Amino acid sequence: MTEPEPLLSVRHLTTLFEVNRKTYACALEDVSFDVYPYQTVGLVGESGCGKSTTLLSILRLLPPNARLSGQVFFKGVDLLSLSEQQMRAYRWKELALIFQSAMNALNPVLRVDEQILEAILLHRLMPREQARQRVHELLDLVGIAPQRGRQYPFQFSGGMRQRAMIAMALACSPSLLFADEPTTALDVMIQAQVLELLKDIQKKLGLAIVLVTHDLGVVAELCDQVVVLYGGKVVESGSVDQIYNSPQHPYTQKLLESFPDLHHPSSTLASIPGTPPRLTELPPGCRFEPRCFARFDRCRHEAPPLRQVAEKHYAACHLLEGKSPNAGSI
Amino acid sequence: METWQRLKRNLSELWQSFRRNRMGLIGLGLVLSALAVAILAPWLTPYHPQQVIRDANGRGLTFAPPSVHPPLGTDDGGHDVWAQLVYGARSSLTVGFLAGFIAMFVGSFLGILAGYFGGWLDNFLMRLTDVLLVIPDLPLMLVLVATIRQMQLKISPLTVLILVIGLLYWTSTARLVRSQVLSIKERQFVARARAIGAGHAHIIRRHILPQVLPLIVANTVLILSTAILIESGLAFLGLGDPTKPSWGTMLNFAFDRNAISNGAWWFYLPPGLAIVWVSLGCVLLGNVLEEMLNPRLSGHHLEGEARILKHGERK
Repeated sequence: MTEPEPLLSVRHLTTLFEVNRKTYACALEDVSFDVYPYQTVGLVGESGCGKSTTLLSILRLLPPNARLSGQVFFKGVDLLSLSEQQMRAYRWKELALIFQSAMNALNPVLRVDEQILEAILLHRLMPREQARQRVHELLDLVGIAPQRGRQYPFQFSGGMRQRAMIAMALACSPSLLFADEPTTALDVMIQAQVLELLKDIQKKLGLAIVLVTHDLGVVAELCDQVVVLYGGKVVESGSVDQIYNSPQHPYTQKLLESFPDLHHPSSTLASIPGTPPRLTELPPGCRFEPRCFARFDRCRHEAPPLRQVAEKHYAACHLLEGKSPNAGSI
Repeated sequence: METWQRLKRNLSELWQSFRRNRMGLIGLGLVLSALAVAILAPWLTPYHPQQVIRDANGRGLTFAPPSVHPPLGTDDGGHDVWAQLVYGARSSLTVGFLAGFIAMFVGSFLGILAGYFGGWLDNFLMRLTDVLLVIPDLPLMLVLVATIRQMQLKISPLTVLILVIGLLYWTSTARLVRSQVLSIKERQFVARARAIGAGHAHIIRRHILPQVLPLIVANTVLILSTAILIESGLAFLGLGDPTKPSWGTMLNFAFDRNAISNGAWWFYLPPGLAIVWVSLGCVLLGNVLEEMLNPRLSGHHLEGEARILKHGERK
């Protein structure tokens, strides 16, 4: 059986922000993961763990004080080595991004259809008349009456805006879709609609999705692979099944415990005391050490490497040392 | 072709909402009437401004009060004040409008550059505006206009006025535009524009400019009035073109030739009122335009909804 080539392959991605001449904030360190065609990968973690930064680093949309290193291979091309001009051709045509808050991501003084049209025309994919037709189809696809495209974003409801944003993301038929917490600003009903739509579109168009969220329910529903980030590092990655049924890293375990379970509604929710570390004062050892319930001496001095615990299941914790890949799962 | 139709539709929508605003209509009326007077000057008066009006005995009528024949009376040299006023509108408005537009272009261009690109460019441009803002406008312009006149270049005095006012009066526009651009470029839709692969030129044209345009337009109309006032000020101080009457030169002559002590109010009041007329018109128009060009302040919201519901909405 031959492995399919990964569509996107992130290798040792490290992102530093220059705070001043001497201080750097380390937002991402040594992040690696793969995205295969037709797959959905979930990036999960608390706020400030580097989820959105990962997406923006891959797209190279960070402010000028960011320093990137590592490699990001997309269809075999290292995106980090491209010039800004070359990178522009990749944006949206290959890699599209659904922003967290559609209200802010849409220009308030341009009509919605103009903004979708903009993406198509910018990449000179087709003549204007044909592009207009395409905008109609896209709006129809996401369940918005095409004539409402003539309206301004503020005349849309929150859910419609997010759907318009999705239509815009699909405008150039990208092969990879980044969704940065696409449902955070929406209420539960609309969340469900938007997620349903994403799933539907993935099935219809066969694209790969990288979904950033802190809603583990969404991850379970949509994703094939999960990458758990903590303090800018990957602490665990594996399939949804592996992560949910045999979480290896204490952080993942606690994260799962802190999420309500419909099957056992009576159990009280756990919380993880403390907050993620400041990115300018990272602990020298394991980043989760100050908050970890299973910490021991070694954790304070030595950062644990990512260890394989099962087929395609990795976790970074000293407790896992010595466990053979096969002994990893319970 | 499509762009043209879109423009036409937008303009008609704009007019619809403009029509409902009385202050705006008054402002527009004031400005347009002044423009009409300037354009139609030769048809509005039988006299040339430098023509001396004589009585039956062939003597020049000096300081004649307003009557039927010279409608606004005459000045000390027997020239018709009304003729001077309507021809003066030409130079006053030309200088005001051209200088205002130059100031607008320079100010918006530099403001957008400084705000969007930031860094040393921003620093340089803003220090330059600091310097220009610190020096009092009128004395600086006086010195400049006088110096350029001395240089005996082959430029008409009016052109000198236009250039000096236009090239010195962009600072407030630049400041205003820059601050607006600074806030807009941090908005997420600009990040989205970058994400769809847009370059700087596209982002500025499509996303920054439309957002600062209302500000620029409103500011321009206000600057027009300031430019007209400054032109009058400079002309009053004797830096106008003595061969072409403007409202400022009229005031200058009236002052020089003791119109006030002679009680010849018809000599100095009309040009003063004309200046007020145009300035007031510009201010009213400017305020209303600013309000209107901001789509979130207009009544579009419910109107659009109703129009679409009429066409039948489907979920």
